[in-house]
Amino acid sequence: MKTLEYVITDPVGLHARPAGLFVKKAASYESSITVKNMENGKSADAKRIMAVMSLGVKQGNKIELTMEGGDEETAETELMAFLKENL
Amino acid sequence: MEIFHGKSVLQGIAIGSLYVMEKKESTWTKHMIDNTDEEVARFQKAREQAIAELDELYEEALDQVGEENAMIFDVHKMMLEDMDYLEAIENLIRTEKVNAEYAVTVTGEEFSAMFSAMEDDYMRARAADVLDISGRVVRVLEGREEPGLHSREPVIILADDLTPSETIAMDKTKILAFVTKHGSANSHTAILARSLNIPSLVNTDVEISKEYHGKEAVVDGVTGTLFIEPDAPTLEAKQKEQVQIREKNEKLKLLIGQDNVTKDGRRINLYANMGNVEDVEKVLANDAGGIGLFRSEFLYLGRDTFPTEEEQFEAYKEVVSRMGGKKVIIRTLDIGADKKADYFGLDPEENPALGYRAIRICLTQREVFRTQLRAIYKASAFGTVSIMFPMIISVEEIRKIKAFVEEIKAELKAEGVAFGEVELGIMIETPAAALVSGELAKEVEFFSIGTNDLTQYTLAIDRQNQKLEEFYDSHHPAVLKLIEMTIQNGHKEGIWVGICGELAADDTLTETFLNMGLDELSVSPTYILKLRDKIRNIG
Repeated sequence: MKTLEYVITDPVGLHARPAGLFVKKAASYESSITVKNMENGKSADAKRIMAVMSLGVKQGNKIELTMEGGDEETAETELMAFLKENL
Repeated sequence: MEIFHGKSVLQGIAIGSLYVMEKKESTWTKHMIDNTDEEVARFQKAREQAIAELDELYEEALDQVGEENAMIFDVHKMMLEDMDYLEAIENLIRTEKVNAEYAVTVTGEEFSAMFSAMEDDYMRARAADVLDISGRVVRVLEGREEPGLHSREPVIILADDLTPSETIAMDKTKILAFVTKHGSANSHTAILARSLNIPSLVNTDVEISKEYHGKEAVVDGVTGTLFIEPDAPTLEAKQKEQVQIREKNEKLKLLIGQDNVTKDGRRINLYANMGNVEDVEKVLANDAGGIGLFRSEFLYLGRDTFPTEEEQFEAYKEVVSRMGGKKVIIRTLDIGADKKADYFGLDPEENPALGYRAIRICLTQREVFRTQLRAIYKASAFGTVSIMFPMIISVEEIRKIKAFVEEIKAELKAEGVAFGEVELGIMIETPAAALVSGELAKEVEFFSIGTNDLTQYTLAIDRQNQKLEEFYDSHHPAVLKLIEMTIQNGHKEGIWVGICGELAADDTLTETFLNMGLDELSVSPTYILKLRDKIRNIG
């Protein structure tokens, strides 16, 4: 199991468009991926867009990703790079 | 003539006939079904068709409004593939033996309610998206066609609210303006209006009645007013105003490359304020003479660790090189108060505006300061760089800063690193600094007056507190006196003085500032040409 933490810098947070990109990216791994909004403690399956959007992640919120499965290491590095670039 | 009011999302005036957008009523009713497998299959088929429609809309949007705005249809498609949503619908069909139209509608409403309940405006706007996709599936289930705009002439669209799929299906050359009864500044209609650059009103107090269809109307995005069947004087006045606005915008573009000089020959520098490195684009497009305020804290915010010297150097270097020799004034870290980053480990404070912030952090956490100063000096080899220090209250602070700067320069020299001539200045944003500006002027090469904080500190009014709005006066004589005093004291020592706060963009004060002898105004890029125009008409 791998975990990573990231603070959202995008001014509108994890809203529709970035959430869409993020879910797509997460869905490309076989590992199960959970995303948690550390601000309110809510967590969701990172491959489900409605659930991810319902976390209400805003700018400045810290999120925690937990990855578990065969490709968890690739997922960890690639998702971190993705977050830095897009969010 | 009927008059209505709404929230304007874009300045400008549109005149034309109204086109009332009707939504074709659906006719389905809730009923029980026997074969749940068949009903689920019927739902799946409709869902696939809805996805195919969305694919088409995405392609269309890509051509019309670009990838960023088209992405919403991709998101809609993903929502239609969302397992939580699909499972909820299928469960409803199977356990309650209800028809697909009902199951989709109820599920859509449940998800929509979840988004509506959220605190965040942007997320609340997503409630409309869920209803939109559910409505699409229901429409396909019922075998209805997609509604749309069918008009030969360009029209003003009047609607309850518009979903992204409705707006994108419209021929954009036929739209003069949008007026919606619902919607917010973050709604898709508003976003689309901005990207098409057409005046529009949302949240308007008008009834969406068929009676208005075809009637003449004026949308005034300046005042947020809708006139239906305007009387002759109103129509004439608005036509005139429309022409004036158009001419004004065209005329402003002609000012690119022109000097900021009054009729009687007084000259002033117009520089731009910016934060993110990407803002340089706008700075250059609006013909700013330089960057009067580069808010370096944007490099520090929204991350988990301090930006390294290399990261900062790259950012400064990019801005400085792209400005091609024009002056770039970098303000050192102004963090604290309302701008915070966790990794600084700042304690919560009773009075953050009066607290541990800006230069106070830099002078006590020297390593943080060192990293930034080294990065700025290294970037100074690539253009014209000035540094200004925020939140200064005393001569003592400047002496400490200057001694530290000398240390940094010696370090770089010893390492054989190239750097240019760097002008050092300070922000005048505390009453203390304004009052001792005569002494401060002997120590630095320029002053930049930060009017937002100067006003807040002078009037003892917290600008974040809305209850204090009635007491707040941005033209308070005390503030203007401090500004004038600062300019005079600066000039006595032969240094230049500018303003980089919000007041700089206030064109009712431009003449006053010119009369005080101000040397520079630094404003957000979109105000540059407007101010240039103002200045060229003075005297």
